[in-house]
Amino acid sequence: MQQIFNFIIRNSNRLLFLLLLGISLALTIQSHSFHRSRTISSANFISGGVYEKINTINEYLNLRTENDELVLENARLKSLLFNIEDTTKAPMIDSIKGVKPADIIVSKVIHNSYSTHENYLTLNSGSNEGIKQDMGVINSLGIIGVIDNTSPNYSTVVSILNMKSHINAKLKKSNHFGSLTWNGKSTGYVQLEDVPRLASIRKGDTIVTGGQSVIFPEGINIGTVDIVYKKEGTSFYVIKVKLFNDMTNLGHVYIIKSKGREELINLENKSKEKDE
Amino acid sequence: MNSALLVNIFRFIMLLAIQIVIFNNMNFLGYISPYPYILYIILYPVNSNRSGLIISSFLLGITMDMFCNSGGIHAAACVILAYYRPYIFKFSFGLSYEYQTIKLNESLTPERFSFILVSVFLHHIVLFILEAFQFKFIWDILLRTLFSSVFTILISIIIIYLIKPNKR
Repeated sequence: MQQIFNFIIRNSNRLLFLLLLGISLALTIQSHSFHRSRTISSANFISGGVYEKINTINEYLNLRTENDELVLENARLKSLLFNIEDTTKAPMIDSIKGVKPADIIVSKVIHNSYSTHENYLTLNSGSNEGIKQDMGVINSLGIIGVIDNTSPNYSTVVSILNMKSHINAKLKKSNHFGSLTWNGKSTGYVQLEDVPRLASIRKGDTIVTGGQSVIFPEGINIGTVDIVYKKEGTSFYVIKVKLFNDMTNLGHVYIIKSKGREELINLENKSKEKDE
Repeated sequence: MNSALLVNIFRFIMLLAIQIVIFNNMNFLGYISPYPYILYIILYPVNSNRSGLIISSFLLGITMDMFCNSGGIHAAACVILAYYRPYIFKFSFGLSYEYQTIKLNESLTPERFSFILVSVFLHHIVLFILEAFQFKFIWDILLRTLFSSVFTILISIIIIYLIKPNKR
């Protein structure tokens, strides 16, 4: 017994080091395994609060560009107002196809990372506004990511610039679909993998979200085809997609509540159970 | 409560705040960002409590992870740097470092520079390996480590000179 105590006292620093290293490696490995809620994330009131404060300062510094955008939008709305045929129609959220206005939550990006291999955004609304895990996040230009963690007032988003994200996408003109991933290199481009060789693809074709995803409704813009590669040894194309969004500069975003989602997952689970 | 403890707590909070507010938003060429918050571990007094250093480094790293959404990579890198700090001291200053009073925040001699260099490099390589977590990115890891280390060292030396205490 005496010897055990002596051993612990003599090696206390080493044991402490190994313990703390073990904890941090466990957290790292947990965060690298796909789409598990992480223990340490910026969706909590300390870091969320700090990021909100920083964001208010940044917003003040960007007032000029914000004003320019507002003036442009004002001009667009004015032109709509004067040319509109049916004034009972709401002009705004109709632009997102297949989604009713009631299913959309408007939020703001308060922290944005784009320099690592696994990038996350922090939003300033959370479960109090009805945000849940696995909801889709888009803005007026195209898709942005998928909700990862939520707290009452904040939530984190797995950006499409994250090597763990896989999103179902297709060619707008022909329904050939593939899986949208990121290779960790440039912030302006993502990769669309596993597109069959049968598809005829030209530079400049539009890529939109596909109907197989339960997260996004079909037909939301992603980007345009930039370069098409043939993947060696397979019969698939890899397409380099130029994003419509500038992922380094994001402001207000829309979060989509997909109503059919739970029904679809329940249905799929039922058929899986039957198979077993 | 002695003044060294207070200075260390102050350093801990200030370096974290500066890192989160300013340096986390710096992205040279899209992926090179400096991490001068590890100055806390580098400047920790030589002969003080070692387990205190390891625990506080873990707290420093886990706070960074919370703000960066990065799992536990900063915590792991900081704990490794804190544990191997005495060996880096031995490497840079020779065997009898404990009997000298090393004050890092004085003029920059080759020994002090090599200590900062080795510490920063060790921290960054662990950080970027854990961040990528795959061997196919080995060149990417080395490139990031190299460029980020240069920036971190530059900024660390500037900070050391800025917070240098007045000669009494």
